[in-house]
Amino acid sequence: MQTEAEAPTVEPLSLEGVTRRFGSVTALDGVGLQVRAHHVMAIVGPSGCGKSTLLELVAGLQEPDAGALSVAGARGAAARRAACAYMPQRDLLLPWRDALGNAALALECEGVPRREARRRAEPLFERFGLADFERSRPDELSGGMRQRVSFLRTLLPGRPVLLLDEPFGALDAITRLDMQEWLAGALMDEPRTVLLVTHDVDEAVYLADRVAVLSPRPGRVVDDFEVDLPRPRSVTDPALVELKARALEALRA
Amino acid sequence: MRVLLAALLIVLFVLAWQGVASLESVDDLTLASPVETWQALSDDRSLLLDNAWVTLVEVLLGLAVAAAAGVLLAVGMHLVRPLRDAAYPLLVASQAIPIVVLAPIFVLAFDYGIGPKLAIVALICFFPITVNLLDGLRGVEPELLKLMRSMGASRLRTLRSVELPSSLPFFFSGLKVAATVSVIGAVFGEWAGADEGLGRLVLLGNNQLQTPRVYAGIVILTLMAVALFALVALAERAICPWNRKERPA
Repeated sequence: MQTEAEAPTVEPLSLEGVTRRFGSVTALDGVGLQVRAHHVMAIVGPSGCGKSTLLELVAGLQEPDAGALSVAGARGAAARRAACAYMPQRDLLLPWRDALGNAALALECEGVPRREARRRAEPLFERFGLADFERSRPDELSGGMRQRVSFLRTLLPGRPVLLLDEPFGALDAITRLDMQEWLAGALMDEPRTVLLVTHDVDEAVYLADRVAVLSPRPGRVVDDFEVDLPRPRSVTDPALVELKARALEALRA
Repeated sequence: MRVLLAALLIVLFVLAWQGVASLESVDDLTLASPVETWQALSDDRSLLLDNAWVTLVEVLLGLAVAAAAGVLLAVGMHLVRPLRDAAYPLLVASQAIPIVVLAPIFVLAFDYGIGPKLAIVALICFFPITVNLLDGLRGVEPELLKLMRSMGASRLRTLRSVELPSSLPFFFSGLKVAATVSVIGAVFGEWAGADEGLGRLVLLGNNQLQTPRVYAGIVILTLMAVALFALVALAERAICPWNRKERPA
């Protein structure tokens, strides 16, 4: 792998008593989470529980009203931004750039010259099932492929922590299953510390090493459990189904 | 099919024009018929073309000045919020100025040459460019800006890689409007004082009761505006191909 991921030893991602208010509305109330290096933590919760706010806080796009966040040892917003790669819900590919140019964008933002950024992105296209689509414009790609380009863009700068905001929420059910399988494989090849926000309990238990369940607004962690199952996993594994039931129960409580 | 319909409409328009011009009650000095206009177009061909060239140069240079000023102003106003708030009222006010009144003053200020024509064309053309581009720059999806921020993009990087490309179609919309009104600007400029140009020729023709020549001049001016518009539309299609078809959901 040609990214700069190997070099830094990844520190855990940690949140303590994180609270965020918007006017009189409390979006997040005393959220505490610990994610170990190269683990995937899934955050499940109903819509409006502050999941996306949580990601933006970690990503350094917002500051909490109370509590502390640390990403790879970084506490300030700017330092957190530099330690995280944030993948938004929609792919947000630039329609005037080809797939390669879109994947290279994050590198260019770090000051890598355009040509060099494209050169570094190129070898990953084949591995990510995008071979021969380097020069395609986003409107020529399928939803799943666009999401993969978006993921490539997230991965390329080699930041230690990945923040995925419902990455497959906009895809149809079958493509979503494929992509979940694909992501699990990609993360096995390329381990990163991941915070994955989703409203899909299946997705959470399938992909994560640990699942945290958030309550409706104000968001609080109501359950937090390990998914200690070997990979590749099967969605029909009874142990997985049991954990899924636990998460659903916590969601409904 | 669309081209055919457009052609049909033009033919109908010319026929109606001929019909009205042939009416007994319509004075020949008020309205030249298409046939008379065509006659003037071919008789005065070299005179018309020479003067059309002068006007075209005024229009093109004026548009270039307007585009440069419009882009600089829009980007400046976009980057510096206080500048935007401060300059917007002035921007709008600039369009309330009656050009007919201003044109002679410009001629006094810039002398008789091409200067006042450029100034007038630029004055009326920068506005649609600035306003449209400003809308484009402000209309970039907030999610996209958030993503750029998360990737550590500098202000200039975001402007260059996201905001400017995504507002190109807006720039072209502004330029299309500017291209159509630019010809009017050049004519006003020539009316205020010029020794050549189609506007001046039309004005002279009016005074000398050469009605067919006046109409011939108007036809050329109109064609000029339509051609400029089409040229900008073509450029837009070549430069922003992604904007042509909607993205599939």
